[in-house]
Amino acid sequence: MGRPRTIARRSFLIGSAAILGGVAFGAYFVIRPTPNPLLEGLAQGEAALTPFVKITPNGITLIVPRADVGQGIASTQAMLIAEELDIDPATATLDPGQPHQAYFNAAVAAESMPFAGWDHGFVASTVRDLMGHVARLTSSQFTGGSSSVADLHETLRMAGATARETLKAAAAARAGVPSADLRTEDGHVVLPDGTRIPYTDLAAEAAAIKPITDVTLRPASEWTRLGKPYQRLDIVAKSTGTQDYGIDMVLPGMLHATVRANPGRGGAMAGYNADAALAMQGVRSVVKVDEGLAVIADNTWFAFQAAQALEVSWLPPDYPASSAEMWQALTDARTDEFRNSRLRDDGDVETTLSEATVIEAEYRAPFLAHAALEPLCATVLVEPDKVEIWTSTQIPAVVRDAAVEITGLDPSQVTVHALPAGGSFGRRLDHDYVVQAIQIAASMPGTPIKTTWSREEDMTHDYPRPLHMAVGRGAVGNGRVLAHDLDSISPSLVSSWFGRIFIVPPGPDTMLVWGAFDQPYAIPNYRVTGYAAPPLMPVGSWRSPGACSNSFFHESFLSELIHAAGADPLEERLRLIADADSRRVLEAVGAMSNWSGADIGPGRGRGIAFAHTHGVPVAEVIDVTITDRGIRIDEVWIAADCGTVFDPVNAEAQLTGAAIFGLGHAMNCELTYENHAVQQTNFHAFEGMRLHQTPRFHTQLLGLAERVRGLGEPATAPAAPALADAIFAATGQRLREMPFSKSVDFA
Amino acid sequence: MDLTINGTNHTVDLPDDMPLLWALRDTLNITSVKYGCGIAQCGACTVHIDGEAVRSCQVALADVWGQITTIEGLGTPDALHAIQAAWIDQQVAQCGYCQSGQIMQAADLLARNPEPTDNDIDAAMSGNLCRCGTYPRIRAAVHAAASAMREA
Repeated sequence: MGRPRTIARRSFLIGSAAILGGVAFGAYFVIRPTPNPLLEGLAQGEAALTPFVKITPNGITLIVPRADVGQGIASTQAMLIAEELDIDPATATLDPGQPHQAYFNAAVAAESMPFAGWDHGFVASTVRDLMGHVARLTSSQFTGGSSSVADLHETLRMAGATARETLKAAAAARAGVPSADLRTEDGHVVLPDGTRIPYTDLAAEAAAIKPITDVTLRPASEWTRLGKPYQRLDIVAKSTGTQDYGIDMVLPGMLHATVRANPGRGGAMAGYNADAALAMQGVRSVVKVDEGLAVIADNTWFAFQAAQALEVSWLPPDYPASSAEMWQALTDARTDEFRNSRLRDDGDVETTLSEATVIEAEYRAPFLAHAALEPLCATVLVEPDKVEIWTSTQIPAVVRDAAVEITGLDPSQVTVHALPAGGSFGRRLDHDYVVQAIQIAASMPGTPIKTTWSREEDMTHDYPRPLHMAVGRGAVGNGRVLAHDLDSISPSLVSSWFGRIFIVPPGPDTMLVWGAFDQPYAIPNYRVTGYAAPPLMPVGSWRSPGACSNSFFHESFLSELIHAAGADPLEERLRLIADADSRRVLEAVGAMSNWSGADIGPGRGRGIAFAHTHGVPVAEVIDVTITDRGIRIDEVWIAADCGTVFDPVNAEAQLTGAAIFGLGHAMNCELTYENHAVQQTNFHAFEGMRLHQTPRFHTQLLGLAERVRGLGEPATAPAAPALADAIFAATGQRLREMPFSKSVDFA
Repeated sequence: MDLTINGTNHTVDLPDDMPLLWALRDTLNITSVKYGCGIAQCGACTVHIDGEAVRSCQVALADVWGQITTIEGLGTPDALHAIQAAWIDQQVAQCGYCQSGQIMQAADLLARNPEPTDNDIDAAMSGNLCRCGTYPRIRAAVHAAASAMREA
C-alpha cells in the first residue's frame, strides 16, 4: 500500500473528487474486492473466511479494526459479526488486526463533504458515495467522526453471514446433506440428526471452499443479540484492573522514556546541556526527537525527573505569543480576504437586516485540551529487519507509515499492535507521540522502550480544539425570527490536522462551520459564513469538531433572537425546523421534560438547545438552580435519533458521557497562552466535570430514522448552549464566552 | 525496601523519594494502578494503605506506613468484590482507565459509611476524575454495592 503523502496520490484524489461523471471509471476499481489480509500467514487447517473472521482448530478470532477509546466499539463490532455468525462473542478472541485497505473507513470521508447531514438528496448522496470509494482506495483507516457503526454495520454482519454459510457448506460436504438442511447455533453447525459440529472442527474444510458471499442479512426482527441490552465484552476487565491499555505494555528488558518538548509548540531548539540529567540515577541516555529531547531510563519516574533537569535553550515558534494576540488575529480575520465558505445563504439577509433593528452578539470558544486520562504513550521495539509498535491509536495505518519513514523498512516489516485507549476525544487521531517513541527506540535497536508523556507534556503539547469566535446578526418581527446571519471565524482545523496526517482535501473547510451551516432550520433569511483565520499553533480534532463551538454560537444566538421575538424557545424551534427526524426529537425532549417554558420558578431556569451533527439530531433541556454556592445543574433531558440502536446500554452511556464532556468543558475549561506556552499544565487547572457537579440525566433514543449513525459525539454540541440558555433563564445574564466560570460561579 | 502488597511481600531496591505509583507500575508490573496526573488531582492511582484510600503518586516509598492493597487485592474476575460486581452490573466503565481508582475510593467510602447518600458519595468521590463522564453510573453503582454489602 502506498503512502498517502505522495504527489501521485494527491493528484489522483483531487481528480476523482472533481469529476462526478467519472463514477463509472472509478467503479471499475472500487467494486474490485479488496484483498483479505488474513490469508497471508495462515497455517494449514486455518480459515480466514472474510477479512473479519478467522477460525482455527483452537478458536475463533474476530477482527475489530475500529479503535476502542472508551466508546465501546470493540464490543459492538464483535456483536455485529456474532449476530450473523451465531457465536457467543465472549468466547472469541478480539483482534484489532493490522492496518489494511480491507478496513477502510468510507463514512468519515463522506461526512466531510459540504452537505448537511440531513440532506439525502441525489447530489449529496452521490458525492458521499464517491468519497467513500476514494477513502477505500487511499486506505484511510480512521476511527472517528462517530462513523464506526454507520460505516461497518453491514460489512460486519455480511462477514458473519459469509463465514456462517461457508462453514455450513463445509459441514454439508462432509455430511453429504444439502446446506439448506443445516442450521447454526452457538458456534456449531447442527446436522438434521442433531449432531453438532464445532466451527473450529470445520476450519480446514471451510478454508478449501470459495467463501459464500451471496448471503442475505437477517432482518432486525430476528436479531437475538443486537438491539438488546448486553454486557460490554471489556466490562469485567475494566472493573477488576485487568484491562491492559497502551500504557500498560510490559516487555522483557524494556526501558522507559519520556520527552521534553519546546513549550512553544513547533519552535526549534537552539541548544541543550544534558550533563546533569545524564548523571542522575537510572538514566541511560538523552536523544533528540521531533520537537525536543527524550530521556531513556530504567523507570518512568527517573525519566520524568531527568527530563526536568535538562538545560535547553528554546527558540520561539511562529505563532502569536499570547491569548490576547490570538483573539486579535481572529477578530482581524473577519474580512473578505479570509472568507472561506458560505454554505448556507437562504432568503435575503442583507435586505432584511437593512430594514430592521439589527440584533448583534459576539461569541467565543477557547482552546481546549483533549486530556484523555491515559497520557500519550507508545512502546516500540526496533530491530534490523522489523519494527513492533504497541500503542493506543485511531490511525494505525498512519502510524505504520511513520515507522516506515523513520526506519526505512518495508511496510510489511512493521507491526502495529493497537491497544485499548484510556480515552482520546480525538487526540489519538494524531501520532506525534508515536513518532517520538519510534525515534527513541531507533536509538537503541533491540531494546523495547516505552515512552510516556507526563501529564504536563500531554496538557501543554496537545493539538487543542481551535480558538473559535462568531458574530451573529439577526432580526425579529411579529413574534418570529426573521433573519439569522452567523460569521464563524477560526483557524482551519482541516488544514492543520489533515495536513499532518493525510492531505488537505480540496474545497472549503466544512469543519469550520459544522454545527452552523448544516442545521435543519427554515429561517426565511439565513446565512452562515466561514472565515479561515491565519494558522496559530497546530490544532486538532476534539470531540464533535467544529460543532462543539459552532453549536454554542448558533443556538445561543438563535435563543437570543427567539427571546427578542417574545416567542417560546421550544415552540419557535419547532416552527422553524424543516427536518422530520429533528422535529420528532424536539417534540420528544419537550414531552420528557414537561416543557412549559423557560420559567420554572424563582432562582431557577430552564434552557434548551438542538444540534444536528454526525447525522444525528439531538435536543437537550437543562434545569439549573441558583444556590448560595453558585449555579447548580439539576436535570438534563436528552432526546436523539441515531436510527437503529445496536447496543442500548452503551448508547445511553455515550449520550450522557458526551453531554457531560460538553458541559464540563463549557463550565470550567480553557487553555490560555503566555510566551507561546500553555498556562494550564495539569488537572488542577483543567478539571472538566467532577462528580459533585454532575446532574441527573434522562435520555431517549427514538430509533425512528431509517439510518444507522454513531453516538460518540452528537450529544456534545448542544450541551453548552442549553446550559447557557438555562443560566439566562435563571439569572438574566447571557453567557457568550466559554468557559462560563469566567462569568458565573458553579456549585 | 520491603513492601507488602495484597498480602505478598516484595523487596525493591529503589530510592526513598520515588512515589509508590512508579514502584508498583514500573518495577513490580502492577499496572492496574494508573498514572493520570502525578499531583493527586485525578485519583487514577488510588490504592489502600492499611485500608485507607491514598494517592500512590503522592506517597514516597520511604513513607509507606502499612499494607498496600491494589484492586487485585479487592477482587478478581473469578472472585469479584461486591463493588466490582456492582460496577459490572451497572456497566459503569467506558474507557475504564479511572475505574480502578474509582473502585478503590468507593471501597474506602463504603467501609466507613455503609449507607451513603448522594451527597456523601459526591463528597468522597469528587477527587476521582472520569474524563468519559461515567459519573451517573458511578453513583448508581456505589448505591447498589452498598445495598449488596449490607445484605451480605
